[in-house]
Amino acid sequence: MAQQILRSWGRVLAAPADVVDMPAAAAPFPALPAGSSSLLPFGKGRSYGDSCLNPGGALLRTKNLDHFISFDKDTGILVCEAGVQLADILRVIVPQGWFLPVTPGTRFVTVGGAIANDVHGKNHHRNGAFGCHVRRFELLRSNNERLICSAEENADWFSATIGGIGLTGLITWVELQMQPISGPWMDVETLHFSSLDEFGKLTAESDSRFEYVVAWLDCSDAVGRGIFFRANHSAETEQYKKPLCLSLPVVPPVSFVNNLSIKLFNTLYNKKSDGSSRAHYEPFFYPLDGVGNWNRIYGPKGFYQYQCVIPARHGLAPIQEMLAAVSKNGMSSFLSVLKGFGSKPSPGMMSFPCEGVTLALDFANTGASVQRLFAALDEIVAGVDGRLYPAKDGRMSGALFRAGYPVLEKFSTFVDPAFSSGFWRRVMEGK
Amino acid sequence: MKKILIIGATSAIAGATARLFAERGDALYLVGRNNDKLQVLAGDLRVRGRGQVVTEELDLNDMAAHEAMIARATAALQGLDAALIAHGTLSDQSACQASVEMTLMEIKTNALSAISLLTLLANIFEAQKQGCIAVISSVAGDRGRQSNYVYGSAKAMVTAFLSGLRQRLAKAGVSVVTVKPGFVDTPMTSGFKKGPLWAVPEKVAADIVHAMDGKGGEIYTPWFWRFIMLIIRHIPEVIFKRLRL
Repeated sequence: MAQQILRSWGRVLAAPADVVDMPAAAAPFPALPAGSSSLLPFGKGRSYGDSCLNPGGALLRTKNLDHFISFDKDTGILVCEAGVQLADILRVIVPQGWFLPVTPGTRFVTVGGAIANDVHGKNHHRNGAFGCHVRRFELLRSNNERLICSAEENADWFSATIGGIGLTGLITWVELQMQPISGPWMDVETLHFSSLDEFGKLTAESDSRFEYVVAWLDCSDAVGRGIFFRANHSAETEQYKKPLCLSLPVVPPVSFVNNLSIKLFNTLYNKKSDGSSRAHYEPFFYPLDGVGNWNRIYGPKGFYQYQCVIPARHGLAPIQEMLAAVSKNGMSSFLSVLKGFGSKPSPGMMSFPCEGVTLALDFANTGASVQRLFAALDEIVAGVDGRLYPAKDGRMSGALFRAGYPVLEKFSTFVDPAFSSGFWRRVMEGK
Repeated sequence: MKKILIIGATSAIAGATARLFAERGDALYLVGRNNDKLQVLAGDLRVRGRGQVVTEELDLNDMAAHEAMIARATAALQGLDAALIAHGTLSDQSACQASVEMTLMEIKTNALSAISLLTLLANIFEAQKQGCIAVISSVAGDRGRQSNYVYGSAKAMVTAFLSGLRQRLAKAGVSVVTVKPGFVDTPMTSGFKKGPLWAVPEKVAADIVHAMDGKGGEIYTPWFWRFIMLIIRHIPEVIFKRLRL
């Protein structure tokens, strides 16, 4: 048993933990290491805050659960162990004419993590969240009970585990439905917008015609301008060379991200011209995967991502307020993403997306100043019954979490008694 | 498409190497001690690749069974282009010190069983005048150290055997690869504290495939172990015996 210091993607939190490796999908549930009172499944550590950490407890790594079990190239049904990365799935299925039905902004996450966080992508308005495409999985509980979960069988466990942030048990294998494509190419349209109203109009006209829609916001002021991307899988079938991959080998001593560099980046990025183009799926879906360990750019103190969803009935006004709050606090977000969520419900009871619009902002960890800003943003989110995304969070209050997820009481009854996380203890404190 | 026999296929390094072979369409014959693990690996390789995957459960310390196993592999794949020998155990040094039986068993598993397989494979490859034989030895075989000299001496024997075999088979156009991994993060080393010198099995696997496709020879993986071991080999005994390595 080795104690290791593990960080989540935001690098703000570092927690020593006993690391236990699950030896195989069929292996019995491992014993808790001496001195640990709880355990949490750990995939690639791509959650930003403490939802994938268990300070003082143990982490159950799934890196040995990285085997494919079957893929039917006629039906697109894939069965694999929970530690398989989305990147590996793409490598196998894209040449055979299939694609992930939903993908987050990085392909370096495990299937188990994608289910536990019920991740979403640029096609939420069409395909809903990841959980909508999960046919079945096996859940291993700490009492060694194995539950096959689907919409028909153990449906309540199915619903609790999708978006259940790893707390209901260990997912050992999953069965997923893939979607057919012609090839690896995307037909992309790029359009500038100069206000949130324009963003709203573009979203409304694009959702029915484009499978993928997302906007990048220029956060250097509160106007709400940015660039709108909309795309479809292309009918082009030709294969092409893989793009180059760079990596940040070490953590720089200070953050490279400050208001000046953000201004520069935004100015340069804004020069991107409008028009249509054809792109490979990798740079389109995973622009940041092209730079390994890009999270290190924020230096030793790390960074936070703030991702909220604003229910549709409130329109875009709360987003405008949030941009104003960012600007008023003298802060700037390097990467700001705005996207409309559709109405397709996920089977996951704790799933984050709901019909409306989601905003994701990245901030360097500047201590008290960024916390002050978060408090102001929280107030806006709470005022419109919005909620934050646990996968990105390392600081929200228990009250905000409980208000955003009213199903929490019911969900708690599915939490495995041997499982816990830093996030879970934090938001459930005093409850 | 190559026809490749992988012995000790369920080890983490061999498994990662098998994936690279499978992805490029090679046909594989996998031999291992644990049938459940073999089936999980074979299922995975069938999804990743398009080539044939055959498995055989065998305890490699049963040396009398080696010849028949190689014959079955050759028949199943209709020939052999390459063999990778990857089985082994990481010996518990202090337990070995207290037990002659355990020490000899470790030598048998890590050296003698490999030498039995190599003797048989060498004759087949020499006769067919083509192919590649690769064996996972270890940096531990470069110099005996108090912390693991039972394992180290077994690997030293394998390394020396391969060195001679390489000379002999060069005339027949058969390449022999000695793979010397450093610290690799695998189930075999799960009890160790990991540091910056540790490599992942995927990196070691890529180096193995590269060497097996090339001219053969001795490789250190990752590459910097060549320099670490150069230094360790050259420390005078007078000083070496006082070190805690």
